[in-house]
Amino acid sequence: MTRHLDARTTIHPIPSGTRDVLPDEMRELRDITEAVRGVFELDGYGEVWTPALEYETVLGRGGGAPPAYRVFDDHGEVLALRTDMTVPIARLVATRYPTAEPPLRFCYFAHVYRGVRPHRGQNREFLQAGIELVGSPAPDGTAEALSVLCHALTATGLRGYRIGLGDASLYRTLLRSYGVEDAVGDRLVLALVARDFVALESELARLELDDADAQQLLRVPQIRGGPDVLNDAQGPVAEAVAGLRRVHGLLAPEVADRVIFDLGLARDLGYYTGAVFEVYDPALGAPLGGGGRYDDLLGRFGRPLPAVGFALGIDRLHIALAGEESQT
Amino acid sequence: MSLGLTIAVPRGALLKDTLDRLDALGLDTSEIRTNDRKLLFGDIGVVTMRPSDVPTYVEAGAADVGITGKDVLTEQPERDIYELLDLGFGRCRMIFATVDGPDPSAEALRRLGVMRVATKYYKTAAAYFEQTGRQAEIVEVKGSVELAPLTGLVEAIVDLTATGTTLRENNLVIREELFVSTARLIANPVSHKLKAAAIDAMLEKLRAP
Repeated sequence: MTRHLDARTTIHPIPSGTRDVLPDEMRELRDITEAVRGVFELDGYGEVWTPALEYETVLGRGGGAPPAYRVFDDHGEVLALRTDMTVPIARLVATRYPTAEPPLRFCYFAHVYRGVRPHRGQNREFLQAGIELVGSPAPDGTAEALSVLCHALTATGLRGYRIGLGDASLYRTLLRSYGVEDAVGDRLVLALVARDFVALESELARLELDDADAQQLLRVPQIRGGPDVLNDAQGPVAEAVAGLRRVHGLLAPEVADRVIFDLGLARDLGYYTGAVFEVYDPALGAPLGGGGRYDDLLGRFGRPLPAVGFALGIDRLHIALAGEESQT
Repeated sequence: MSLGLTIAVPRGALLKDTLDRLDALGLDTSEIRTNDRKLLFGDIGVVTMRPSDVPTYVEAGAADVGITGKDVLTEQPERDIYELLDLGFGRCRMIFATVDGPDPSAEALRRLGVMRVATKYYKTAAAYFEQTGRQAEIVEVKGSVELAPLTGLVEAIVDLTATGTTLRENNLVIREELFVSTARLIANPVSHKLKAAAIDAMLEKLRAP
């Protein structure tokens, strides 16, 4: 769309999905980021910056969300605005720390860019705060990331939050154990990622499975709740569930009490391999952030190390804090 | 009594069946049936609205769960919500129709390379013709879609039909069926986790025959 240029007007548009932040709001955002930064620093996570623009081929290697904004540089190379910080930090670790002794701990406060439909708490340019813990395998690394996450949220003053904890490979493992071919399994996983249990049920009905097996494949991804719900998950899912229990067993009580197990949790980024998690607060209808294990990602950049991380959406955290405040 | 959930209920064609199912859950819906001006029924946790607004309220968390048609969900594919259950009622078909006789849309495609299609379901229609490899100019209309092919505005329509009576009365014939739509139970993704027990209890009762 071309904008009519009028020398007399003072109103000049900004792109869809972006916004200005003025001082009153900025003070509140600063309170949040400073509280979070304090926790990250204390827990030994060093802050980094990376360029907002990266080579598209480098981002593509990581397999995160596809970039929405691309430009050509002066050599005709395609550059893209980053869609998360996990892939740039994987690049940074491989490039700047090719021989450093793991574990490595990094944190960031950075804007990322996605081609989403702008709505409450979701812009196309948005600020994320997060950590990446590189070279620390499950369950200890996962437990450390969850602890840092809860300490950071508590430090902002957020009270009602819970952490949904699941496993990205769980449903795939379950499907294989019932002899479902991967090509068919892809459709089922797609339905689960789309949060469409009606499609999942009708896809399962088309497979020639025992009624009991089909019921199990529909029921397991709907299991969510406290530790007692894991007692129901026997048989083929037992291994993934045992992994979640090990993580949970390492958490301090104030962190463990925040955890809701969710055997259907499927995050839509391609690089997750094991435990995945999301942050929920009753004051907002969308997750405040999330993360998980990505044990294969660093290997794609030539430095195979297990890793885990999370990102919080600062705007969403702000809305949830304001919401909790108005409820009391 | 309430179920501890805020439920977005669609006014219009799906209302009666929806209220019958809510009655079976133990909610007293008599006031909704008698008062069609009131929108908010706080004592039983019900808010009533147009079916196409239900995903908006549920996605934002202003309602924990909601009931709306698959036609609405297909038209709003970007909504971040859980689709939990096919409730079976409100059955109707999304169809592609033209006037009876030689197919004017095929003739338009053959000679002009593109057909014009009127619909209230812009995204549904655009996605369908893209998937089936046909070029279509989608004309979005708000009122009676059947009028558009009779006046020469378009060669075809994509619309929802339950009985087909309106199509027949306007000399229109169904050429293709896009999908069958029924009422669905949807949930907010955060409520689905934080109010899991209440939502699962509701699901279980709704599944019971």
